[in-house]
Amino acid sequence: MNNRVVSEKPQAVYFYGTCLIDLFYPQAGIGAIELLRREGVSVIYPQSQTCCGQPAWNSGYRDEALAVARRQLALFPRPIPLVIPSASCAGMMKMHYPALFRDQSDEATALNVAGRVYELTAFLVDVLDIRLTDLGDPVSVVVHTSCSARRELGVGDKLHTLLRQLHNVEILEPENSAECCGFGGTFAVKQPEISAAMALDKAATVRATGAQRLVSQDCGCLMNIGDVIEKQNQVMPRQHIAELLWERTKN
Amino acid sequence: MSTEFRSNVAHALKQDAVQTHLRTVVDRLRAHRQGALSDDAAFEQLRNRCEAIRADAIRRLPDLLEQFESNAQRNGIQVHWAETTLQANQIVLGIMQQHRATFLVKGKSMVSEEMGVNAFLQSHGIDCLETDLGEFIVQLADEKPAHIIVPAIHKKRREIARLIHGHFPGLPYNEDIETLAQSVRHFMRDKFRAAPVGLTGVNFMVAETGTLCLVENEGNGRLCSTLPPVHIAVTGIEKVIARLDDLPPLLNLLTRSATGQPITAYVNMINSPRRPDDKDGPDEVHLILLDNGRSRIAGDPELLETLHCIRCGACINHCPVYRQIGGHAYGTVIPGPIGAILEPQKQGFNAAAGELPQASTLCGACAEVCPVRIPIPAIINRLRWESVRKNQQSQNSRPVVPGAGSGRKPLEALIWKIWAWCCTHPGIYNRLTKLATRLRNRLPADMGVWTAVRKAPKPAQATLHEHLRTMNIDHE
Repeated sequence: MNNRVVSEKPQAVYFYGTCLIDLFYPQAGIGAIELLRREGVSVIYPQSQTCCGQPAWNSGYRDEALAVARRQLALFPRPIPLVIPSASCAGMMKMHYPALFRDQSDEATALNVAGRVYELTAFLVDVLDIRLTDLGDPVSVVVHTSCSARRELGVGDKLHTLLRQLHNVEILEPENSAECCGFGGTFAVKQPEISAAMALDKAATVRATGAQRLVSQDCGCLMNIGDVIEKQNQVMPRQHIAELLWERTKN
Repeated sequence: MSTEFRSNVAHALKQDAVQTHLRTVVDRLRAHRQGALSDDAAFEQLRNRCEAIRADAIRRLPDLLEQFESNAQRNGIQVHWAETTLQANQIVLGIMQQHRATFLVKGKSMVSEEMGVNAFLQSHGIDCLETDLGEFIVQLADEKPAHIIVPAIHKKRREIARLIHGHFPGLPYNEDIETLAQSVRHFMRDKFRAAPVGLTGVNFMVAETGTLCLVENEGNGRLCSTLPPVHIAVTGIEKVIARLDDLPPLLNLLTRSATGQPITAYVNMINSPRRPDDKDGPDEVHLILLDNGRSRIAGDPELLETLHCIRCGACINHCPVYRQIGGHAYGTVIPGPIGAILEPQKQGFNAAAGELPQASTLCGACAEVCPVRIPIPAIINRLRWESVRKNQQSQNSRPVVPGAGSGRKPLEALIWKIWAWCCTHPGIYNRLTKLATRLRNRLPADMGVWTAVRKAPKPAQATLHEHLRTMNIDHE
C-alpha cells in the first residue's frame, strides 16, 4: 500500500515520539529525527506530547482515550505531515482516531490529523525516497515486522526496503514471521499467560535465525521479544529501525 | 484475578503434547488455505462478492426469512421458529415423541452444539449418535468439539485409535487411519439404516427457492438427511441468503477458506421431503430456525457484521491465541476470534464468555483471512467498550449486549482515570517519566507473569523529551 498523501517532499514535519520511545527507547526517536533532518526536513517536536491514547482505546475506556487523544490533536495545527516511529501508534491516530472522535465537536480536526499521519519507514521510503549508504561493519539482523505495520497499515515491507539499501546488513526472517509476538499492549497485562507463551515462541524463532541483532519498526514488540531473550541470558541487542539506520549511515 | 477463562488457559498451556499437536494441525490448515488461493486478484473479487451477499442478507434478514419460510413451506418443509435453545430442543423432542423415536443419527452441526441437544435428549431417554468422524471421536471421549470444522483437532492418532478400540473391543487395535475410518463406517451403516430420525445442520438457506444447502466430506450428512424417514435440520436464522446464484461463490469461498478444498465431496441441496417419484428421501423434513440472540445482534449497525460469518474457521486457524490455547479453553461452542465476538454477544458479559473479547492481541490475522471480511478486531474493541462502559442511556431500553458495563472494575477504572489525568497534564507526565528514568535501577525486578519469562523493562537514562530539549529542534 502506498500511504503517500503529500505529493512532494515537505519542508517540515511534526514528530510524535510515542510514550514507549520517550521512556524506554529515546535513541529510536533521536535516530528518526536525525534521518529526517539529514534529508532536509526540519522537525518540530511539540514538547507537550504524551501518549496517543491507544492503551485506553484498546481496553474499552473510550472516555479516557478521547481525553488523552484530544490533548494530542491540539499539538499539530500546521498542515504538514505527522511522522511517528511506530506503526502501532501511527495506526491508532490514522485508523482509529476517526472512530474515536466520531460525532465529537472536533471530529473534523481528528480526521485532518489522521490524514496527515505517516509511519516513519513508510515516510522515509514513499515520501522521501531516502537513499542510504552503509558505513557499518557486516552484521546480521533478524527482522520482526509488527502486526500494525503488516496488517493494519500495510507498510510492513518498508522495513525491508530500507534494510536492503545497507549492503553490509544480512536480513534474516524468523519462521512464522507473520505471527504476533504476543505483546498486544494491555493484552500482556490482562492475559499474561497467553502473552508469555506467545512471546516465548516468537523469541525461539527469532533466536533460531542466529542473527546478531533484532530489528523492528515497533518498540512494543522489541521490548516484548527482547526482554525474553535477555531473560534467557542470550545476547541479541534489539534496535528500532531508525536507530540502526542512523547508527550505520551517519558520518 | 482468576477467572474461568484464565484457569482454562492455565490448564491448556500445561498440555505440552496437545499444544505441539495443535500447532502442527493449525499450520497444516493454514498451508491448505494458502494453497487454494492461487490467484490473489480473483480471490479478492470473490471476497468482495461474498461480503456483499452476506451484508445484503443480514440487512434484509426479516424479509428474507419470511420469503424463505413461505417457499420452504410450499415445498413441504415444516418450518419451526425457536427463540431460545430450550425451545429448539423442545421442538426436536416433540418431533421425536410424535414418531415414538428413541434414537437419532446426527450430522455435524454447531447449532446443535449450541442447543446442547444431545444432553437434552439424553435426559428424555433419547440417544444421539454423532456420525461425522470427528464428532464421533469427540462423543466417544465425552468431550466437546475443539474446532468448528475439525472437532477432534486436539486428538492425536494414537488417542483416537485407543478410543475406537475401546468402543469396538472386538476389533484388533489399529492405528492405521484408513482401517480406523473403515471400522467406524461399517458400524455407522447399520445405524443409518435403523435410525428413525436424522438431524443435521445447514450451511445456507436460499430464500428465493426455500432450499437448504449442506456441505460435507463424509457422506454422513447425506445419509442423515435421506435415509431416516424423518429429517430435522437445525440452524441459526442468520444463515439465509437471497438467491440461488449467491450460493456458488459462497461455497467456493467457504471450502477454500476452511480446508483449502475447491469443493467439498458432498454438496446437498434439500428442497422438500420425498416426492412420489423420488427414489429416496425422508417422509418429513423439519427445519428449526434458532434465534438465541441473533436478532438482537442484527439490530446493531456495527455488531451485525458478526452474523455475516459463514463458519469456515479460517480466523480460528490463523489466530495466534487459539494456536496457544486450543478450542476448549474458550469454554464456548464456538472458539477463536469469531467465538470471542459472537459468544459474549449471545451470552452477555456476566457469563464466563464475557471475558473472551480480552482473548486477543488485536493482531488482525483474523480479519486478514476472513472470507467475508468481518472486522473482528473492531468488534472486539467495541465489545471491550460495551463491557466497561458506564452511563447506559436509559434504564428502559435493553442494552445491545446483556450485562453491558458489568466488566467495569472500580480499581481498573480508577487506574485509567489517573492515567488519563497524567497524559492530559504534560507537566505531570514529564515529571513522572523523568522520575522513572532516575529510578531505573531501583524498579522492581519481579512483575508477575511478565518477568517469569522476561527481564523487567528498564527505562532509559533520560527521556526523549529531555534529550530533545538539548538538541536544536523546534518545539513549538
